[in-house]
Parts: sequence; C-alpha cells; structure tokens
Amino acid sequence: MADLTQQNVSGAHAEETRRDFLILTATAVGAVGVAATIWPFIASLNPARDTLALATTEVDLAPVQVGQRLTVAWRGKPVFIDHRTPEEIKTAEDVNISDLRDPQPDSARVKKPEWLVIIGVCTHLGCIPLGQKTGDDRGPYGGWFCPCHGSIYDTSGRIRQGPAPANLVVPPYEFTGDTMIKIG
Amino acid sequence: MAQTSLGATSRIIRWIDHRLPFVAMLQRELYDYPTPRNLSYWWNFGSLSGIMLVVMIVTGIFLAMQYTPHADLAFDSVERIMRDVDWGWMLRYAHMNGASMFFALVYIHLFRGLYYGSYKQPRELLWILGVIILILMIMTAFMGYVLPWGQMSYWAATVITNLFSAIPLIGQSIVTFLWGGFTVGNPTLNRFYALHYLLPFVILAVVLLHLIALHRFGSNNPLGIDKRGPQDTLPFHPYFTIKDLFGLAVFLLIYSFFVFYAPNFLGSSDNYIPANPMQTPNHIVPEWYLLPYYAILRSVPNKLLGVILAFGSIFLMFLVPWLDTSPVRSARFRPVYKWVFWLLVIDVIALGWVGANPPEGLVVTVGQIATLYYFVHFLVLFPVIGKLERPRPLPASIAAAVLQGGTGARLGTAGAPVAKP
Repeated sequence: MADLTQQNVSGAHAEETRRDFLILTATAVGAVGVAATIWPFIASLNPARDTLALATTEVDLAPVQVGQRLTVAWRGKPVFIDHRTPEEIKTAEDVNISDLRDPQPDSARVKKPEWLVIIGVCTHLGCIPLGQKTGDDRGPYGGWFCPCHGSIYDTSGRIRQGPAPANLVVPPYEFTGDTMIKIG
Repeated sequence: MAQTSLGATSRIIRWIDHRLPFVAMLQRELYDYPTPRNLSYWWNFGSLSGIMLVVMIVTGIFLAMQYTPHADLAFDSVERIMRDVDWGWMLRYAHMNGASMFFALVYIHLFRGLYYGSYKQPRELLWILGVIILILMIMTAFMGYVLPWGQMSYWAATVITNLFSAIPLIGQSIVTFLWGGFTVGNPTLNRFYALHYLLPFVILAVVLLHLIALHRFGSNNPLGIDKRGPQDTLPFHPYFTIKDLFGLAVFLLIYSFFVFYAPNFLGSSDNYIPANPMQTPNHIVPEWYLLPYYAILRSVPNKLLGVILAFGSIFLMFLVPWLDTSPVRSARFRPVYKWVFWLLVIDVIALGWVGANPPEGLVVTVGQIATLYYFVHFLVLFPVIGKLERPRPLPASIAAAVLQGGTGARLGTAGAPVAKP
C-alpha cells in the first residue's frame, strides 16, 4: 500500500492533472474558511465596546492653583496636569532644542502655556514618574523623575537624562471651556 | 525546486523521527492505518466528537478570557460578552450550542456502538473508556451550565448537588462540603469554574486512551466481523480522511444553523434572568441531553432509589460488554436484537419527553414504564436474547461481502478497484 501511495505522488508531479487542480482549489477554499473562523477569535481580544466607551475623561481645571499638579485617570492611565508657574514656563521655553534627545519646542506640547497635560507613564518601561506630590523628587530639571531607572524630565515633560527614549506623551485633548478640558 | 526542498525537509524529518518517532506514528496511525473498507457514515461520529471537543476547548478558552467567576459579577460579565466584546456573541453561542452538538454526536456514536456490538471482545476497554468520557462530559456540561449564574444555572446547581443529600446519614454534610457554604454561592461558583476548565483536558487525555485502545484492533464495522487481511481494508488516508471531512462539512452546516439562526432554541429563556436564591423558576428542566436521566430520577417515588437509578442508568453502560451474551457483534445478523435495539431508542426518546414535561398524569405513567424498560433492556433482554437468538450466517470476509454485493455492496463500490494488491 505504501508503494501505491508513492506512485500516486510521483505521478502527480509529472504533469498537472485534474486532481492537482481540485486539491489546490479545495485547499485554497479551506484556507479561507479557516482564516475566517480564526478571525472572530482573535478579534474578540480587542478592547470591548464598554472599554472603548470609557475612552474620554473630562476635567475641571478651576480648582488647580498656580504651581499645583493634578493627576487624573484616562483609559486607566494617569494623566499629569501641571498649572505651571511663569518661571517654569520660561525655563521650558528657553531650552536649546538641539540639546534635547527628543527635540520638541514647549509650544508644540501645550495648548495654553500655563497648562501642561501629559500622560504620566515613563516612555522607558512604563513606570509612573515622581513629581506630582509635594515633597516628591522632581529631578534636577524641576519636572519629573522616574524612580525605576532614573529618567529625568523637565517642566515640559521632555526627557533630559536617563534611559527613556522620548518625551512624556501629550494625550489628545481640547479645551471645552476656559477651565474645562476633555481628554481623549 | 519542489524536489530539493522536499529532500531537505525529509532529511530533517528523518533526523527527528530517528530520535522521536512522531511522524512515523502519524504515518502509521493516520495515513496507512488499515481501516475496514465497509465503514458506513455511522462511523463518522467518533471523529466528529473529537473535533467538537477541540471546538469546545478553543471557544471555552476565549470565553474564559472575558468571563468573571464571581456570584456578583458572573451574570453581567456574560452579558458583556454578548453585547460589548467583539464577536463575543458568536463565541458564546458556539460554545453553548456546541455542548448540545457534542452530546448529540456522542449519543449517536454510542447507539452506533450498541447496534453494531462495538463493545464486544476485544473492545471492552475501548467501550469503558467511552463511558468514562460520557460521564466526564456530563459533569463538565453541568458545571459549565452553572457559570452564567442565571436562574436555571443557580437552581440546576442546587438540585443536582442536592442529589447527594439522598445518601443516608452523611448526605447533608456532603452537600454542604460540595457547596463550600450553606447554599449554592460564590465558593460553589468558583470551584465549578476551576473544574469546568480542568475537566475538558481530562477528557482529552481519556480520548487519547480511547484512541490508543481503538487502534489496537482497529474500528469495528457494519458487518461486525474481523478484518483478515489487506483485501478487507483501505488506508485511512485519503479514503477515510475525506469521508470524515465530508461528514464534518455536513455537521458544520447543522451546527451553524443553530449558532446563527436559532441560538437559544435548545436553551431555557429563564437563564437570562439573574440568579435569585429567594425564588425558584416555575418550571425547571435540565438541558435536553440530560432529560432521560432526569426522567428516571423523577419516576421513582423514593428519593434515594431515584438517585441510585439515575446514576445507575449510566453506570450500567460499564457492564454492557458482559451483559450481552451474543457472540455476534453486528445487529445485521441478529434477527431479534435488530428490532429490540430500536425499542431502546424509542425508550430513551420517551424518557426525554417525560423529562421535559411536568410530572403529572400520563407523563408519570410513561416515565415509570420507560424507566422499567430501560433496566429490563440491559439486565434481562441483553443476556436472554444473546442466549436464545439464532444469528444469521456471517459472511466469509469483509471483502467477500462487499464484492459479492448483498449486505455491504453499496459501501464497497468507491474503493474497490484501488485496493487490489
């Protein structure tokens, strides 16, 4: 019986037959069917609709005094809101862009200079940098300091020292009023 | 080009096979595996059941990624799967209806075994492993049914666990132990979830043993006679792989009909009401595949005896290879058993009908007669018919029966010319 199978295989190689055609088309249709079956399984692992529905956060900025920092949750992540002092704004704006690892002017990172809104997740490996609470180590640039691997951010949330490759990310947000923002 | 890559691949395969003969095993058990050439479509249901087990495990794992096993959260997490998770409705309906399909396939597989005497010497252990699989399936299905934590889930869990309270003296303590509390509650749900995840893999292991036992002597066949040589068999591939695949396609059509067009037809709408420990639904029935056992349980007016007979109706299956005293396997050659077999089929369907209806009037009478017949069938008719019946003469061989026409003629035509050595 093994010999017989062998002959069939070598015979099929000699020339293209009706059987080759049938095997190819049947396999192709089967492969499409398998792919279409796998798709819903993989797709079910996407964020579900109730998760997506929680994708925006509204924040009232009125109670935040100059110099105060506020942390809010957006998509389960902390968003740092910094009501910056005029000095902090000035140091952020006066930095020589070409000295930066991830060059970005301060004006590109804010909608209104006194309000800095950034995602508080270190761009190195995802820890939450210190600097939100009074008494926290803010690092030598007066911004944020990540305790995990020592990344140091300035008052614009830009990376200045340490292993992180990029600035703290600015989330999509808009001012819905003078002191109201909607993140997401 | 194809030639060279084939050469390289086969060298690697040979290297591995010399150390771990896996490909050789596949070649032997799935490719060359000599299979009786006269298998009918009734022999498709084993492989279909195996495929269904895989479907249940895969859909189950993906559902488990979204499900929360907590009494306060379970129901809502299932509704979240239905409404918010992408394709969640499909995964759940496929799993839910998959359980029904799995049982349907296994029951047909089991009745096929009963008709063609597939449990007889030397396949007794093969049969016993199959019964173990059935028992594990019932346990798994029951615990899975509890997980959505709807009204039917809750009260099914209550009723089934309370069966153990029929045990004299220690019954109530056992039930409290099973619950992990004084009612069905969160601890019960958690342990059922853990076991519902574990048992399918135990089933998978027993299925493997079932297959090892099957391949020891190979499949039985509609004639019930042993294969005597190459003229009686065909290689498993391509003859039976393609036959199994065709059967699979037909089965998937039926399965898909339920999943996509009648997903709740086989279920109970009461299970879309969250579990309420303070109120039992008016009409409480198990899923259809457990109705006959439920009918036996209810037909006996004594609590302990009812429980014993309901469990006994399954455990009786273990004894079937020794209860049947006939030396002939296939019912085709057993003029009396051939008809008596169908009485059992009717009996089990009647028990299902009884289980689905409220126990009053005619339902009770039919239930008691059907219960009695069920046990008489196995404990009395099986041994007695085997002794008294005069079987018809068996064909000389599978090949002879197939090639001469007669009993196996329509099955033999497809492969006949190829099998000549």
